[in-house]
Amino acid sequence: MSTPDANAREITFGEAIREALAEELRRDERVFIIGEDVAEAGTPFKVLSGLVQEFGPDRVIDTPISEAGITGLGVGAAMTGMRPVVDIMFGDFVTLVMDQMVNQAAKVHYMSGGKLHVPIVMRTTMGATRRSAAQHSQSLHALLSHIPGLKVVVPSTPYDAKGLLKTAIRDDNPVAFFEDKMMYRLKGPVPVGEYTIPFGAADIKRSGADITIVATSSMVQVALGAAKLLEEIGISAEVIDPRTTKPLDKQTLIDSAKKTSRAIVVDEGYESYGVTAEIAAIIADGAFYYLDAPVKRMGAMDVPIPFSPALEDLTVPTEQDVVEMAKTLCGVV
Amino acid sequence: MEKDKQKKIIDVELYLHMYQQMAKIRLFELEVNELYLSAKMPGLAHLYIGQEAVAVGVCEALTREDYITSTHRGHGHCLAKGAEVDRMFAELLGKEAGYCRGKGGSMHIADPASGNLGANAIVGGSAGIATGAGFAAKRLGNGRVAVCFFGEGALGQGLLYEVMNLAQLWKLPVIYVCENNLYNEYTHYTETTAGELSARPQAFGMHTEIVDGQDARAVYEATKRLVERARRGEGPAFLLCETYRYRGHHVGDIDRSYYRSKEEELDWETHRDPLNNLADWMLAQGLCDQRTLDQIQSEVEAEVKAGVEFALNAPFPDESEVDQHVYA
Repeated sequence: MSTPDANAREITFGEAIREALAEELRRDERVFIIGEDVAEAGTPFKVLSGLVQEFGPDRVIDTPISEAGITGLGVGAAMTGMRPVVDIMFGDFVTLVMDQMVNQAAKVHYMSGGKLHVPIVMRTTMGATRRSAAQHSQSLHALLSHIPGLKVVVPSTPYDAKGLLKTAIRDDNPVAFFEDKMMYRLKGPVPVGEYTIPFGAADIKRSGADITIVATSSMVQVALGAAKLLEEIGISAEVIDPRTTKPLDKQTLIDSAKKTSRAIVVDEGYESYGVTAEIAAIIADGAFYYLDAPVKRMGAMDVPIPFSPALEDLTVPTEQDVVEMAKTLCGVV
Repeated sequence: MEKDKQKKIIDVELYLHMYQQMAKIRLFELEVNELYLSAKMPGLAHLYIGQEAVAVGVCEALTREDYITSTHRGHGHCLAKGAEVDRMFAELLGKEAGYCRGKGGSMHIADPASGNLGANAIVGGSAGIATGAGFAAKRLGNGRVAVCFFGEGALGQGLLYEVMNLAQLWKLPVIYVCENNLYNEYTHYTETTAGELSARPQAFGMHTEIVDGQDARAVYEATKRLVERARRGEGPAFLLCETYRYRGHHVGDIDRSYYRSKEEELDWETHRDPLNNLADWMLAQGLCDQRTLDQIQSEVEAEVKAGVEFALNAPFPDESEVDQHVYA
């Protein structure tokens, strides 16, 4: 379990993102931020507030509302010596940048026989229950996780968000970085000093013996809440956070499932053909002879996300849903 | 007088070089056609024959360090920017000696050493890359310009307008070279394009020039002006080149009667051929004799012949290559 050191202070997820960006902007003059209302406005979520004041409008660049254009510009700038961080305000808008990410950024290195590099970071958001309806609430990280050549990051804590974002900016490959907008105010310990977190290294957020709950992004918080409730009824749950869906730390997932013999995978993307399916298949394959129950998937309901709070809340897995599923798998009635 | 004489010598060398580059592209493409018809080349090929003056006229006005992005019909751009014939053929045949180790093929040749950021098989798909290269050049202050080659079909793509807006807003050193060869694949552009082509960049306030794309000298002179503008920090430009694709959309597009006439094709080939245009002009001006041109032709023939031999005999990549270079 990676935990911040004794020097840690409590800061929010949003502040951790801002710190990572500020430190990388200071460290490397090739780094710049580009996006809609990233400068004076600091994005609608205020995550970037103050950056333009320190780094100026040449490095924190406001753009027209042209997601494909700014991402495409970022790809070209990355290929020719810069390290762009492209801000795509809502994760739903990744559909607008798909050609640039999927057909351009992801393939340039391979298609050029390894001669060209695309060190671009696309930061965007995910997560429902903000009453933002079907086009501002989706978690579409599975779409990009499907593509060879891309790396995909789904941090769940302020500590992870900072360390992983710094790694993303230093990576020579295109990275899609998904921030759950419901977590921007989540507080957690983050050390004062410099650190990075490697990609492809899952983190055991909580040790347990009876069941493995693999969870991503804000679902890690849901899983940890469920684990607490399960503890009260005598079920010891282990919570594993892959932190990056690509590359994926398969071994840690398999090892945990072997140890506990049961596994649930929770992710806020749509359940069908999603991250939960991929991880469940890896566990079912790698830990088959150790499993006492089928691996269960819990994703977002396969519906366009509704506006009405009464309906929206039904679409996302909750602590109670996870508790019920764990009880079923453990044979506790 | 001495200065005029020197300039004339330089110009003659330039024109002869342009002629040589165009002849090289023409022969290269004819050989590609042969390779395809004799089933020696896998995949598709989109021939550049007829449009040689555009690639050559533009690239002659660039330095090796300047950037280009190319298209599915990109062999001419790559050669004009400085790619070697042998490694081009090797790439087309999927050989390890190719520019992309055989992993890119005809539609994806990239050669950063000659400033070629890659050909792109998504129509208009490289507009972002070229604009980003111009952005980086400006930011890094290295004086380079970026040329984005695309056909008139790309005017149907939204990305192009997004990035032209950015380039004009931020005065980026990017030259958008639109090759209007009249056909979006199998459809005349007037059936797909409302209004005037040149009105589109002009709507962004972008400096726009229209040039005879069959006249290499005219393309060169126009590009030179636009490059100098861009290097002075005066921003992007749009160069509309009127040209013609002699062959089909790709090598398999043999029966074209349903979208254009033989007479039209013959008219361009007879009266507006870019190689003949330049050759006739040089001869008429007394800048060279026919022997010089014949000499160039035979040099290029030898180069292309040797290049094909090299590629045919080169090994395919090892199977272990298949999952290399997915990530840096």
